[in-house]
Amino acid sequence: MEAAARYVKDGADLRDTELRLGLPGSEAPEKPAVPSTRGGKRALQEDDDMESRGKSRPLEADSAEAPAAKAQIVGWPPIRSYRRNSFPPRKAEAEAAGLYVKVSMDGAPYLRKIDLKVYKGYKELKEAMENMFDCFTQGEVSRKDGCSSGSESAITYEDKDGDLMLVGDVPWEMFISSCRRLRILKGCEVRVLRTRQYS
Amino acid sequence: MTYFPEEVVEHIFDFLSSHRDRNIVSTVCKAWYRVERLSRRSVFVGNCYAVRPGRVMARFPGTKCLSVKGKPHFADFNLVPHDWGGFALPWIEAAARGCPGLEELRLKRMVVSDESLELLARSFPNFKALVLVSCEGFSTDGLAAIATHCRGLRELDLQENEVEDHGRQWLSCFPDSCTSLESLNFACLKGEVNAGALERLVARCVNLRSLKLNRAISVESLARILVRTPHLVELGTGSFTVEHRAEAYQRLIHAFRKCKSLKSLSGFWDVAPRCLQSIYSICPNLTVLNLSYAPAIQGADLVKLIRHCFKLQKLWVLDCIGDKGLAVVASTCKELQELRVFPSDIYGTGTAAVTEEGLVAISSGCSKLNSLLYFCHQMTNAALITVAKNCPHFTRFRLCILDPGKPDPDTNQPLDEGFGAIVRSCNDLRRLSLSGLLTDTVFLYIGEYAARLEMLSIAFAGDSDKGMVYVLNGCKNLRKLEIRDSPFGDAALLENVGKYETMRSLWMSSCDVTLGGCKALAAKMPRLNVEVINDRVESDEMEENPSDMHKVEKMYVYRTLAGARNDAPEFVDIL
Repeated sequence: MEAAARYVKDGADLRDTELRLGLPGSEAPEKPAVPSTRGGKRALQEDDDMESRGKSRPLEADSAEAPAAKAQIVGWPPIRSYRRNSFPPRKAEAEAAGLYVKVSMDGAPYLRKIDLKVYKGYKELKEAMENMFDCFTQGEVSRKDGCSSGSESAITYEDKDGDLMLVGDVPWEMFISSCRRLRILKGCEVRVLRTRQYS
Repeated sequence: MTYFPEEVVEHIFDFLSSHRDRNIVSTVCKAWYRVERLSRRSVFVGNCYAVRPGRVMARFPGTKCLSVKGKPHFADFNLVPHDWGGFALPWIEAAARGCPGLEELRLKRMVVSDESLELLARSFPNFKALVLVSCEGFSTDGLAAIATHCRGLRELDLQENEVEDHGRQWLSCFPDSCTSLESLNFACLKGEVNAGALERLVARCVNLRSLKLNRAISVESLARILVRTPHLVELGTGSFTVEHRAEAYQRLIHAFRKCKSLKSLSGFWDVAPRCLQSIYSICPNLTVLNLSYAPAIQGADLVKLIRHCFKLQKLWVLDCIGDKGLAVVASTCKELQELRVFPSDIYGTGTAAVTEEGLVAISSGCSKLNSLLYFCHQMTNAALITVAKNCPHFTRFRLCILDPGKPDPDTNQPLDEGFGAIVRSCNDLRRLSLSGLLTDTVFLYIGEYAARLEMLSIAFAGDSDKGMVYVLNGCKNLRKLEIRDSPFGDAALLENVGKYETMRSLWMSSCDVTLGGCKALAAKMPRLNVEVINDRVESDEMEENPSDMHKVEKMYVYRTLAGARNDAPEFVDIL
C-alpha cells in the first residue's frame, strides 16, 4: 500500500483519480505496524503455513478492505450447516448481474426482457410491463393484483419449480428470487386461471 | 446398607435421576452394581465409540431409553469429513438383540440409514419415541417405516437433520388406528407432505401437544390444523406465507385465538412482517419464541412483537433485531433465561447488526439469564465485565465475534480481562466458547476460576503451549475440549496425558500438533483412541509415509473401552 504523501503532487491530491479495487469513498489504509486481527507471532506463522499448505487463512487487515474480498474460512462463523443452508447467498447472486427474465404476452409476435432488480415492487413492475406491451394491447392490464373481474389479462410467472403462478401473492423479495419468466395471459386463459384459483 | 433387601435399594436408586449419580453408586460395591445395572432404565452414551453397543445392552438389559451421540461437535461446522463415522445401525442391532423392551431412542450427530430405521420400526413392540438431532443418511422411506410399524408411537422429533426427500407418502403411512401421537416435528423436511393426511392425523391424535410443520405447509393448511388442535402447547408454523388480505389469513387469526395453551412458537420462514400481527394474541403466554429462521423480519417489526411477550423465557432471533431491539427485550422480558442471537449476514457483506451494547442492555434487564449464544461484530472488555457483574448465573456462555481474532475496538487490547471477569463471576459456568483476540492470559484465568467448566471451545486464540496447559491442569471438571486454529503443539498435548482419560474427548484442528506428537500420545495412553483425520484435499500432497514432523490437520482423541473402531474410513488413521 502506498503512503498517502505520494499522492499529493503540486498541491493536488491525486487519490481521486487513482485506480483502485476499493469501493468508492473508501480509503486504502496504511499498512498497520501491528496486524490488528491476530497476535503478532501468529501472523508470521500463518504466512509460512500458507506456503506449505496452500490453504486459505484470514487475510491481514490491510487487504480485507472490500468485504467481498474477505476469504471464507472453513467452518466460520460457527453455525450449523442446517442453518447455513437455510439462508443461501441470494444477495450475492442478485448483486452480480441484473435479473433478466423473458416476458411474453399471448398474441404478441415477439418477447421482451426486463431486469427485475430495477423495480422496487409489484406496482412498478406492472406499470413497466403495461408500457412495454402497450402497442399490442387493446384493453388495459388491470392495476390491481394483476387480475380483476373486469379485465381480460392476468400477469403470471413461471417459478423455479416450473409452475405457473399469479403475480402478487408472495412478498416481493421472494418473488424475485423464484421468478424465471413472466407471462401475460389474455382472454379465456385468464378465466381458467381464476376458476382454478378459487376452487 | 447390605442388610436392606434389593428391592429397597432399587427403590432408593429410583430417586437418582442423573446418569452420573447412578454411575457413581454402581461403583460402591458389587451388590449395588448389580442392583443398579438391572434397574437402570435410561442410558446415555456421550460418544458412540467409547463403548461397544453389545456391552451396553449386556450391562443394562432393562434399558427403556437410550441416548447416543456420534460425531464430534465441530462436525456441525463442516470440519469433520462427511463419512467419518458415527453409524446408528450397530446400536439399533444391539438393542434389538439385547433390549427388545426399548421405548425411546435419541440420536445426535449420527449417520442413520433407512435400513436402520426399518430395523428399529420392526424390533421394538413398545417403541414410543424417536428423537433425531443433526443426523443424516436417511430418507422419507425410513420415516414411512416408522410410521407404519410403530404402533403406539408418541413422539417423532426430527431436529435439523439432512433428510432425503423420496416423496410425500410417508405421513400417510400412519394407520387410521394411530391416535397416540403427542409430539410430531418434521420441520427439517424439505419436501411436501399430504396435507389432508396430516390434518386427519392431528385431528385423531387428541393428546397432541407439540407440532412443528415444515416449510412446505401452506397457511391454509395451518389454519385448518389449528382448528383441530386447540390444545397445542408448541407450534412450528411452516412457511407462514400469506397475503394479509387473504381469507386464509383471517381464518388463521381466528384459529390462533382458540389456541389458549400455546406457549412455544417457531418456524415463520417466509413470513411478511405485517402478518406477525396474527400472533399478538398469543404473545402474552409465550415462554419460547424462535424467529431465527425469518430473515425478512427487520428490527422494528421484531420489536413490536416482542413488546407483547413479557413471559418469555427463551428467545432465538437474528441479529437484525439490533442493539435497540435487544434493549426492548431487556425491558420487556424479565423472565428471560436463554437468548440466542444468530447472524443474518453470513457471507460478510458487512452490515453491523449487534454489538456489545445490545449484550450489556440484555444483562442489565434480564437478571435471570443463564444461557447465551451471541454472534456480534465486536465486543469490549468493559462490556464483558459489566455483563459478568449483572448476570452471575450463566451456565452457558458462547460468544462469537464474527471477525476472528478481533481485539477490543475501544482499547485495541485482547479480550482476556473480559472473559476473565465472566469465569470469575459465573461460578456455575459449564460451557464456554471464546472468540476475539485472546492471549495465554485468558486461559490462565479459565484454569484458575472455571471450576465447574465442562465444555470449552477455542478458536484463533492463545500465544503458546502454556495456554492449553493452563486449561488442562486447571479445569477439573472438563469433559470436552475443542480447539481450532490456535498455536498449541506437542508440548501442550503431552503435558498432562492422564487428563484425557477423565474427559470425553479432545479435538484439535489447524493447530501445531505433529504426527510424532500424536503417536507419542497414543503410545502412552492405550485406552485413548487418537484419530488423525486427513483432509482429502491434502492427501494428494501427502507422501506415502508422512514424517513425524508433519503437522496434523485434524486430530480427535477420546477415551474408549472398545479399542480402535473397525468402521473408520481410509482417511482416518487410528494410532
